[in-house]
Amino acid sequence: MRLGLVIDLDVCVGCHACAIACKEWNASGTIGPLSDYQPYGAEPSGVWFNRIRHYEMDEYPNNKTVNFPMSCMHCEDADCVTVCPTGASYKRPEDGIVLIDQDKCMGCNYCSWACPYGARELDRSSGTMKKCTLCVDRIYDQDLPVEERQPSCVLTCPAHARMFGDFDDPDSAVSRTVRERSGFGLMPELNYNPTNRYLPPRSTPVIPVEPKSRGGLKESIKQFANKLVRR
Amino acid sequence: MHPAFSVIFFTVASGAGFGLFSLLFIADVFKLGGGFSREQLIIGGLMAMGLVVFGLLSSTFHLANPKNAWRAFTRFRTSWLSREGVFAMVFMPLALIYLASIWFDAPLWLRETFGFLTAVLAWITVFSTGMIYACLKTIRQWNTPLVPANYLALGYASGSLLLLLGAVVAELDTTPYIAMSALIISIAAVLKAIYYFWIRSPGLTPTINTATGLTRAKVKLLDTGHTHGTFLTQEFGFQVARQRASLLKIVVFVLGFALPGLMMVWVFGQQGQQMAAIVAVMAGLAGAAVERWLFFAEARHVVNLYHGAQRC
Repeated sequence: MRLGLVIDLDVCVGCHACAIACKEWNASGTIGPLSDYQPYGAEPSGVWFNRIRHYEMDEYPNNKTVNFPMSCMHCEDADCVTVCPTGASYKRPEDGIVLIDQDKCMGCNYCSWACPYGARELDRSSGTMKKCTLCVDRIYDQDLPVEERQPSCVLTCPAHARMFGDFDDPDSAVSRTVRERSGFGLMPELNYNPTNRYLPPRSTPVIPVEPKSRGGLKESIKQFANKLVRR
Repeated sequence: MHPAFSVIFFTVASGAGFGLFSLLFIADVFKLGGGFSREQLIIGGLMAMGLVVFGLLSSTFHLANPKNAWRAFTRFRTSWLSREGVFAMVFMPLALIYLASIWFDAPLWLRETFGFLTAVLAWITVFSTGMIYACLKTIRQWNTPLVPANYLALGYASGSLLLLLGAVVAELDTTPYIAMSALIISIAAVLKAIYYFWIRSPGLTPTINTATGLTRAKVKLLDTGHTHGTFLTQEFGFQVARQRASLLKIVVFVLGFALPGLMMVWVFGQQGQQMAAIVAVMAGLAGAAVERWLFFAEARHVVNLYHGAQRC
């Protein structure tokens, strides 16, 4: 199994709900808490597994806003795991999820240097590195109904821009969607082989707009009057 | 990259310690300038080991959870950071055996075998320190063979200056020590110059387009999604002004290479030898510290692409 996420950049509305749901679940999950520093102060900051950035493609009038959620890519060739000196970082052979053993981490930051996607963040209160677990404490939970055995971010997304599944199975929903929509991984030139895939924004056809009709005599008088009146 | 002072201190001090120890062995084998006495060799060796231990201890100050530091020896097979720790730990007993064989007048073959092994391990450890940075694909300015080469050259350069000071204090013939030091410092200066020339434009690098996968048009950041800094901006956002960096590069060359060179002329001229050697050591170490600060400050991690940088 190779579990991961598909994120549809065409559909994502940038509401940050996935990040909030992630924080809510994981703050009390196996790797929690996710500490906040000065949450109500002048310089609020804290640990997040999922961050949404907003970009603009191309230039006016052909510009388009792309909302960009990013979490751990659960890379096939994860350098964050190989550089870890303590063995705290590991990749599960059974499903490819990259995790950090909080009892072994010494907080040297080296894995965060090796991650090109900024997926790892140090928690100052525990002194350990933390990252997306792909809700490993949810997806295998037999007490949950089958349809809820998915990462928090996927369940909460109001736009259905996120999908979760097994990329090793060529017939899984994620594999099919990635094939059909030409999904891609980020920064392929670094050879990390990220598992998560992004679906590109569709090039939507321009909706034709009919030119405004000139209108009758009444309309012309109205427009003339509008020009005369000073507002 | 954010330059952490504990790491700067660690790499400069341990580099100088390992350099001093290996060169001390060479001075001992070839009896350079008449050769150090037994006591002087022991003091020099212990000082080198002191620098290494001091450096290793200071490196633990940048750990957020130092109680797990002992685990850093466990991933020897994949991690250069782990390898560096293991090699440094193997170096210690070998160095102690070498110093003990000097103290107890052990047979020459024993003394020289352990001296040689210690010198080789010192080389490997400094090489590993360089590889910690050079193996990261995420930082183009570090991902080059020039990085371990620079770490080795600068470690041995500061070690050779310390050894020269030792030779002056021990009133040996300083000519071979000056020659050795001048050669190593010249190599270090040339390597550093190549590195500074190279990182001005380090070849193909990831761009904001490959980072977002939106390669068909110009991409720019609208909003980072956080109101204040995050761990990522604190750790990787540090940027040094170009002008300041150029100025510091001049400082590196003047303090680290030119001034020690000039002081060696003084030492050779037989006047105020001790003062000149002390100035050379101080300048060399200060130059190495500035060089190390710049090494971190000038590195641009690719995560900056997600925070708006167009290329790294």
